[in-house]
Amino acid sequence: MAAVERKLITARMDQPGYSNRLESYLAAGGYGALRKALAMTPEAIRAEVSKAGLRGRGGAGFGCGLKWSLVDRKSGKPIYLICNADESEPGTFKDKQIIYKDPHALIEGIVCASFANGVKTAYIYIRGEFAEGYKILVTAIEEARAKNFVGANILGSGYSLEIFVHRGAGAYICGEETGLIESLEGKRAYPRFKPPYFPAVLGLWMCPTIVNNVETLCNIPLIVGMGGAEFSHIGTPNNTGTRMMCVSGHVNKPGYYEVELGKITLGELINGLCGGVSGGRKAKAIIPGGSSAKVMRCDERFKGKKRDGTEYDWSWQDVPVDFDSVAMIGSMAGSGGVIVLDETADLPKALANIAEFYAHESCGQCTPCREGSLWMAKALHRMTHGRAMKGDTDYLKSIADNIPGRTICPFGEACSWPVQSFIEKFRDDFAKLEK
Amino acid sequence: MAETPTTAAPTPEMVNVTINGTAIRVPKGINVIEAARYVGVFIPHYCYHPKLAVAGNCRMCMVEIGEAMFTPDRQPVLEANGKQKIVMQPRLVIGCNTPVKEGMVVVTNSAAVTQAQNAVLEFLLINHPLDCPICDQAGECKLQEYSVEFGAGASRFREEKVHKPKKVDLGPRVMLDDERCVLCSRCIRFMRDIAKDDCLGIVERGSHSTLTCWPGKKLDSNYSLNTVDLCPVGALTDKDFRFKMRTWFLKESKSICTSCATGCNTVIWSRENVVYRQTPRSNDAVNECWMCDAGRLNYKFINDPNRLTKAIVAPASLPAAGKGSGAGKDAGATSYADALKQLGPKLRAALANRDSVAFIGSARATNEELYLFAKLAKGSVSDCVPRSWTADSFLVKADRNPNSAGAKLLGVAAEPMGSKLAAIADGIKSGKIKTLVVHQEDVTKHGIAAELLAKLSLLLVIDFKQTATTKAAHFVLPGVTFAEKRGTFTNAKGRVQRVWPAVSLDGEARPEWEIFRDLLRELGGVDNHLDIAALFADMAGNVPAFAGLTLAKVGDEGVQISVS
Repeated sequence: MAAVERKLITARMDQPGYSNRLESYLAAGGYGALRKALAMTPEAIRAEVSKAGLRGRGGAGFGCGLKWSLVDRKSGKPIYLICNADESEPGTFKDKQIIYKDPHALIEGIVCASFANGVKTAYIYIRGEFAEGYKILVTAIEEARAKNFVGANILGSGYSLEIFVHRGAGAYICGEETGLIESLEGKRAYPRFKPPYFPAVLGLWMCPTIVNNVETLCNIPLIVGMGGAEFSHIGTPNNTGTRMMCVSGHVNKPGYYEVELGKITLGELINGLCGGVSGGRKAKAIIPGGSSAKVMRCDERFKGKKRDGTEYDWSWQDVPVDFDSVAMIGSMAGSGGVIVLDETADLPKALANIAEFYAHESCGQCTPCREGSLWMAKALHRMTHGRAMKGDTDYLKSIADNIPGRTICPFGEACSWPVQSFIEKFRDDFAKLEK
Repeated sequence: MAETPTTAAPTPEMVNVTINGTAIRVPKGINVIEAARYVGVFIPHYCYHPKLAVAGNCRMCMVEIGEAMFTPDRQPVLEANGKQKIVMQPRLVIGCNTPVKEGMVVVTNSAAVTQAQNAVLEFLLINHPLDCPICDQAGECKLQEYSVEFGAGASRFREEKVHKPKKVDLGPRVMLDDERCVLCSRCIRFMRDIAKDDCLGIVERGSHSTLTCWPGKKLDSNYSLNTVDLCPVGALTDKDFRFKMRTWFLKESKSICTSCATGCNTVIWSRENVVYRQTPRSNDAVNECWMCDAGRLNYKFINDPNRLTKAIVAPASLPAAGKGSGAGKDAGATSYADALKQLGPKLRAALANRDSVAFIGSARATNEELYLFAKLAKGSVSDCVPRSWTADSFLVKADRNPNSAGAKLLGVAAEPMGSKLAAIADGIKSGKIKTLVVHQEDVTKHGIAAELLAKLSLLLVIDFKQTATTKAAHFVLPGVTFAEKRGTFTNAKGRVQRVWPAVSLDGEARPEWEIFRDLLRELGGVDNHLDIAALFADMAGNVPAFAGLTLAKVGDEGVQISVS
């Protein structure tokens, strides 16, 4: 079966002549779901989202319905919704497509989600580098306000919502939801510890707060439109809906591809949709979920038992593209950024590049990540510049081993998992550098 | 009279925890670091400080915890032996941000914890300059101490260190070495939350993170030096103290600050009778663990080389030699016993007419000194010199005298303090007052000019330093500073607090309570106070406000009396 995309989120943006202006979105039936949502009760919308089984598209794959159910609705404090548009994970470029090409889809998602949760003020925290995206969103919100999709008494429903767009200042850590909240409050983006600062209870301004990814929010109008039950039939159980996969690296056609979760394999994605590995070479390594995900070795067999007890024995091409399967083989679907490295790739150099990124982006709050991330980057730089010393591979691995699980936020894992997994899967490539 | 408290503090709810195998009941909700102290287990930490908001960033206090297991309907799950099942958490947690719960098990000495501690110390040291030989913090540095106790003992670092700003002038009193900083953020939190002057922060990211003052700001708060105390390493140093003395040579003596009526509890750090610094001593009833910079740095007069060490009898004796004749510190110097011998008859004669004598005591004296001074002054006019500066909303009181409350309670000061000074000056001018006894005040700065003093038949001054007043005196008896004597002060809130001798002075200077006792003896009184405890007991027996107290009961942290 030839691999095919299932375009729900990207249905409009790739049509010839489609613009990011309101008239395009309205012509394509936009804001219909909002009208439907406003006729429902907030509880009913939340129930549909839970029924849909939608999992967060930001990285952790946390159930959206569950996340909304954890919101403290009894505190008497306002509930805020934040759209996390701080897309920064290397290898990931899906939210940018939505923001630049179909901003009204996001705005409709935010209004629907806000209505469902009694939110009166929503924020879009957009990555600082997306300067153009910021302008597009501001324009789109004004267009939507002019048509009363945003603002006071939306479409005569009595429901009012203000959406503010806030630009980040260029820090990866602002994609971590509590770091984002600190930044939005005007502070340095140091992630907060949990407990007690779970955003659902003590988020923005110490009020209950929902932080959802751009792509996640774009699914809300779809769920409202077709109903949670029907949405749950897209994809596979526990991995419902579609996902925008971002494929980069050594493939013939890098880019974003929207696929039904669990319905196609990594092989179909890379060899089919992406036209195969560059130059007809063999894939050597794949990072399946953004640069912080653990690397897969392509000549490895992945064996084990699924949750239902059936055994699997997969090559990399057989691994279904969904949250659970990628987790089963010891990595994570993460942000959906698939990075392909072919047999000519210099893995220590690739890792040095990743490590340099994380050393640059560590917020510096927790000792192990602050000092460890740069230490690893320096060691890798030295090793890949002809100055490797005996024992460097173990030395590097031991630095990485001292970081995960010992920091406030998951950046500790993000910076150490690549090092741990590259060495675990490709030790020889590092060992041969040692003199 | 002292009031008996009518409401006892509520007993905190207690929980059962097990720390390194020792079962103990501790107050519910305290964190694991504090709970461990109950069983004598120390959990190392940098960023945590009991008086500051939890930051949780240093990761030094990681421990293993287990929690009692319950069924979904909150029934305890039991082991075969009947004990509640404990589920150990797979990840280490930070003790500072983990409140204890009923049944919690804490392990601080497992292989996993030790490995994590080794790792954090290694991370902290890789970019540290390791300049301990010339670092002021050496000897009281948590990097040094934890490296000894919790470190791995060797460095594996093969890279070049990160370099950061050195000798950063943060403000008038504090220097920063960013390479030594462990970025614990204690100083930032103190300035933001306690001193209410949000001037410090971290710039740059990751390993390049750098502590600094925000642009356009300076660390010039009157509480800036508390950041030096809080700094667990040698990043923040006290400009006044740095490079003066290795800390391990210093002797620590408990004391209190006498720069205002708050009476912050302090430690005086000295070596061979030279005071090198004062730091705050923890007392939640007074100053928690903070003090102001002005009080902290107000110690140099103790070390003044021109301190009075001998009694002085003005060369021409009576009448006063007056100004100019007392040139030189040793002019007229004599032994204490000789001065007393010459003074005795003159004082007795003068006091035959109480109305012709005035006493100016000191609200910087101890309660015991004021008690004896009041005895001396009984029947004559007496007062003290008020002095004030600008109060703040934290520790600094407007009243700069450390013992105004005592001076009033013991009857030396007029009400309001200083209200009789003008009358005393007038009395001298009119010739009604012929004798003046002054303790530790330069009255020429408080309305009694040197020309007036020259009119006196007898001017007796007890002080620890030369002033315009001592220079005009017929007799000067050498006293000492608060750092050289025992005694108590009563602060603005009525807390009676002790001082102890931190240093001693060569020569014949002595605590003024001894001088006043000797004067009372000269006047024919029976006063057998051989030590300060007996004197305090006498005072407690005669002054209702101190009833029931002993010096021992006052203890290290003081006791509250009623001063209303």
